[in-house]
Amino acid sequence: MNMLRRTALILPPYLWLLMLFLVPFLIVFKISLSDIELAIPPYTPTYDPEKGIWDLLSQLDFENFIFLSEDSLYFKAYLSSLKIAIISTFLTLLVGFPIAWAMARAADHWRPTLMMLVILPFWTSFLIRVYAWKGILSQEGYLNQMLMNIGLISDPLVILNTNIAVYIGIVYTYLPFMVLPIYATLEKLDESLNEAAVDLGCTRTSAFWLVTLPLSKPGVIAGCFLVFIPALGEFVIPELLGGSNTLMIGKVLYQEFFSNRDWPVASAVAVILLLILIIPIILFQKNQEKQEAGQ
Amino acid sequence: MTSTDAAAVPADFAPWENADEKPLIEFQNVTKRFGDFTAIDNLNLQIYEREFFALLGPSGCGKTTLMRMLAGFETPTEGTILLGGQDMAPIPPNKRATNMMFQSYALFPHLSVADNIAFGLKRDGIPKADIDARVDEMIRLVQLGQFAKRKPHQISGGQRQRVALARSLAKAPKLLLLDEPLGALDKKLRQETQFELMDIQEKTGTTFVIVTHDQEEAMTVASRVAVMDHGKLIQVDTPAGIYENPNSTYVADFIGDVNILEGHAAKSDAGCQITWAEGQPAINSNCGTDLSGKVHFAIRPEKITVSADKPTDKPNVLQGKVHDIAYLGNISTYHVRLSNGQIIKAQSANNRRLSRRSFTWEDDVYLSFTDTAGVVLAE
Repeated sequence: MNMLRRTALILPPYLWLLMLFLVPFLIVFKISLSDIELAIPPYTPTYDPEKGIWDLLSQLDFENFIFLSEDSLYFKAYLSSLKIAIISTFLTLLVGFPIAWAMARAADHWRPTLMMLVILPFWTSFLIRVYAWKGILSQEGYLNQMLMNIGLISDPLVILNTNIAVYIGIVYTYLPFMVLPIYATLEKLDESLNEAAVDLGCTRTSAFWLVTLPLSKPGVIAGCFLVFIPALGEFVIPELLGGSNTLMIGKVLYQEFFSNRDWPVASAVAVILLLILIIPIILFQKNQEKQEAGQ
Repeated sequence: MTSTDAAAVPADFAPWENADEKPLIEFQNVTKRFGDFTAIDNLNLQIYEREFFALLGPSGCGKTTLMRMLAGFETPTEGTILLGGQDMAPIPPNKRATNMMFQSYALFPHLSVADNIAFGLKRDGIPKADIDARVDEMIRLVQLGQFAKRKPHQISGGQRQRVALARSLAKAPKLLLLDEPLGALDKKLRQETQFELMDIQEKTGTTFVIVTHDQEEAMTVASRVAVMDHGKLIQVDTPAGIYENPNSTYVADFIGDVNILEGHAAKSDAGCQITWAEGQPAINSNCGTDLSGKVHFAIRPEKITVSADKPTDKPNVLQGKVHDIAYLGNISTYHVRLSNGQIIKAQSANNRRLSRRSFTWEDDVYLSFTDTAGVVLAE
């Protein structure tokens, strides 16, 4: 009876995982092992009840993965995505940490408002917000106009359609994912720890480096993963703000699916992206577990 | 009770009685305000070297603010605080020769026990070998040898308390501040730790200032106790002085159990007589100072004897009925109702077995006490 109840309790989440994660993944994986075909759907083989499942499985092969390893475009795209994701995660940390720190040190009655302000951008469509940056960053955009008006530059800067615009876009979009976990760890930090450090001879600055920063590590790690993981597969931001030479795997994926209509190769790209992401996701889980054990 | 068996200090340790002695800490007309709220109100206080000084009072009385001003986390609004004759105001907390043990212990969770203790020493740029030697010495002092490598969350509350103490003592401060150091420990451990604290204080010769709201703790450890209320010092004296000669009903009531009777004092041959209630005999007492008019007579329950037969040799005898008995094992507190309805608490040691107690509920009893047993207070 007890056993039954426990099973009934944990069954729904596993069922969700199965239906929303494992089944779609298996479908994508199956497509990645198929061949391109001018048909609907644009791949072969498809499941034919008359021939049975073994006939279908016997036609699958790793051809697409071999193709990916032979064309250096894909390798470069993965590498470039990794580079852009790592740099933008670091930039987000640089911008996000001081915000989180200031929030945690603000007066109690200000904190809900500040929290609200961090979350507020989510209320508008992500697409519109990224699109708005085109208006700010373009050569006739607000940023260049302003810089020229105050006489800082005489010729407009080329920002839009470069990697810099992509960094700006990612930092802007994912900032809350960095700020919130760091804020959560800093806010829990006992102020007397800082006082104890100062009492034992630290200046306010060295107390920050020796006490506050090491103790905010779990939040920093969580924030970095929350930014890094979606940034790696990001498509909208490089598509809207990046240039033709901004190479990201998300863009490649889109082109394979919609321009080339090569679903099998696109699926293979997606499967490899997922495999790359599994490593940081596992590390992220480990960090969370360690944090919980520490408390 | 005398100060010698209360605290582990030499019998003749009383620098506050010596006019030539220079105080280690001196508060001169110190006032601290937070907005409209006055936390410390024009306070003067001297604390001497090697003292174990307790600040005692209810929460919100300003005792913690007083301590935080010594540590440097708050600055006085008015007045000066001198440490060894030097004005403390311009010295930031990290440059002061004081260390503090926090109520929450404030151990650094990411550092091991040994690294926590070494934290302050490392800030001073001491050679590594000297740091290690000092950390070893501290770990031995608080008997934490086998836990040196553990993190704070891997040791018990009592052990954490010792780490906090060792860490605050490691830099050999002139003055150690302890903010409710034993508040988080259970009663038995707290009592043991009190004696350890006294031991360590004596061994290291450091001046301790302890903040507590636990009067028993203050009485046990301190060489002198300051009773505070609303940002003012009500009385500063040895534990025995505070207990036996409270200067006000506030102190008498705050420390221990007491009966307080309101009455009028008049001079008599032996001292003074206090008439306090219709139909009750006047109380004969030593008045000490020239008190007269409206006074309060305070007497501790253990100074009143309960007996079934009327004693003949005591100057003060009251008659009543046993209203209630609180049996505490070693002692019992009798609540005796007098004929005018007044309840008087009297305490006696249970030096006989309970079944042989000579009186019980609703028995007629006599309460008696000597003329020096109580104190007469103006307010």
